[in-house]
Amino acid sequence: MNKSDIGILIVDDEFSVRDSLGRWFKEDGFRVATAENANEALKRMQEQSWDIALVDIKMPGVSGLELQRRIKEIDKNVYVIIITAYASVESAVQALKEGAFDYVTKPIDPDDLSHLVQNAIKQRTLAAENLLLRTKIEELSKPSEIIGESPQMKKVMELVKTVAKEDTTVMIRGESGTGKELVARAIHNNSTRRYFPLIPVNCGSIPEGLLESELFGHEKGAFTGAQYRRKGKFEMANGGTIFFDEIGNLDMKLQVDLLRVIETKQFTRLGGEQVINVDFRVICATNKNLEKAVEDGSFREDLYYRLNVFSVFIPPLRERRSDIPLLAQHFLLQYALSMNKKINAISPEALDLLIRYDWPGNVRELQNAIERAMVVGKPPCIRIEDLPFQLNNRPKLPEADSIAEVERQHIINILDRTGWNITRSAEILKIDRVTLYNKIEKYGLRK
Amino acid sequence: MSAIAVVPIGSVAEGLLTRLAKSIGETFRSGVSHQALRFDPSVAFDSYRNQYNSTMFLSLLLNGLDETEGRIVGVTDYDLFVPVLTFVFGEAQLNGRVAVVSSFRLRPEYYGLRADRALLEGRIEKEAIHEVGHTFGLLHCVDPTCVMHSSTYAEDIDLKGSSPCRRCLFQLFPADSAATVDFFQ
Repeated sequence: MNKSDIGILIVDDEFSVRDSLGRWFKEDGFRVATAENANEALKRMQEQSWDIALVDIKMPGVSGLELQRRIKEIDKNVYVIIITAYASVESAVQALKEGAFDYVTKPIDPDDLSHLVQNAIKQRTLAAENLLLRTKIEELSKPSEIIGESPQMKKVMELVKTVAKEDTTVMIRGESGTGKELVARAIHNNSTRRYFPLIPVNCGSIPEGLLESELFGHEKGAFTGAQYRRKGKFEMANGGTIFFDEIGNLDMKLQVDLLRVIETKQFTRLGGEQVINVDFRVICATNKNLEKAVEDGSFREDLYYRLNVFSVFIPPLRERRSDIPLLAQHFLLQYALSMNKKINAISPEALDLLIRYDWPGNVRELQNAIERAMVVGKPPCIRIEDLPFQLNNRPKLPEADSIAEVERQHIINILDRTGWNITRSAEILKIDRVTLYNKIEKYGLRK
Repeated sequence: MSAIAVVPIGSVAEGLLTRLAKSIGETFRSGVSHQALRFDPSVAFDSYRNQYNSTMFLSLLLNGLDETEGRIVGVTDYDLFVPVLTFVFGEAQLNGRVAVVSSFRLRPEYYGLRADRALLEGRIEKEAIHEVGHTFGLLHCVDPTCVMHSSTYAEDIDLKGSSPCRRCLFQLFPADSAATVDFFQ
């Protein structure tokens, strides 16, 4: 920031003060204006913006204290520095309580004045940088990463929006690869905790013995190999969100510990005695049937109810095939950019195959398929032969014995593929529309 | 550049005035003359603060100048102040015609140190050039070695040089090809 970009407004009823301070700051290269009373100062405030206002606390008419309030009403980002005589230090302290940046007593030591203004500029610059960074974070953390136009995904996004603002515990359910962590991030990024971290904990991937120290941290010497004090995930998530993925894999002892921490928001590090207070939101995810786990006693009922306050279900990809083209295109653009490849489309045959496939690994599998196709494919588009081998296999034949059952399942597949577009389905099946309607009725098919 | 006059206010050694005239003349490429004081300095004395009002000195110096004269720099051993500040080493009219500089707080003995004439004269020289620089429109410079760098401690003055940096020189003499070439190198 150039000094000429920084505006200093000097408000004092004494001409000599305005004059000498004005010249002092002009020599430093600042943009300077002076005002001899509150009315003039407010007029200057309306004319242009100021970064720092040096305000004399004792002025006839409206006092410096009152002027400070009015300046802040116009622009809360102005740093007000109160100029006071020794006799009015109490009022200066009052001004500080009301948000003044600092105060100086007349006559001012030139070095003090210089430091004070430098500090105010430094703070102002930091605040501006902070605002810029926050804006960038907001841009980066928009929930646009969740791709999907299907009614099911629209519902998920609506739920995310609703629950994000509340500080409630959320349980995200869905098959593996459906994007549970993505939804957890979207909830965090739309919450008031978004400027604090989101700490993911994969309860399935961390060895049982290590998970406790991962979660709670440890003091130096807590166990063999603990050479340093280490913060655990709970501590790291302070102010933010902790995301337990695969919560169903948590062992019984840790289930008890987790319940206690969630309820008390207090814990101690392994090998430590100091009670640490934390404040975090809990989001968890599972692809397991937790209700069944509660029934058979492998998951604590009290923890289940504590976690399952608000539930978000992400449907598998095969139940929202209309999202496949959107997702495929999204991943294609993403990899085209990172691999610097000029592939910008998917051939109609390849896309048809992608829509038909059942995607047991859901979005993650689709992403991997596109990545592979981008590696082996050649511009300008992904072709059917670029797709992974298992996709190129002919669609699985229905496991049925009778011809009628084979026909029924084949019709269901084609209808699903076309999104129940009767004309298109009839074309593929090479029968007329009336026959198709008759068969739908005969087999009792529903959309 | 138009002529600059150096005026003693109070007791200032003749040798110091000659040194200042030489270095100011060289820096600003101007003729420099000595001039006698044309006013009574006691009118600027503030008995409550036991200091002299430097802004008042500036206006007294300005009042004594006629239209045909160039700039004037007052050199004094009095302690200077402006009403809102506890003291100033000097003061100048930005883009104006008058400047004043005081040796009072530049003396090492003011800070309990041993008197050092060479150090003192060096400080006065730098501050006089600094204040005259303001009359030519120069602002405080970020280059710590430039004479136009702001100093709020006497020791700060010792850290900077006695001449303007290339950037300030370019501002003073924009048409000077040597200064221009140097600045852009």
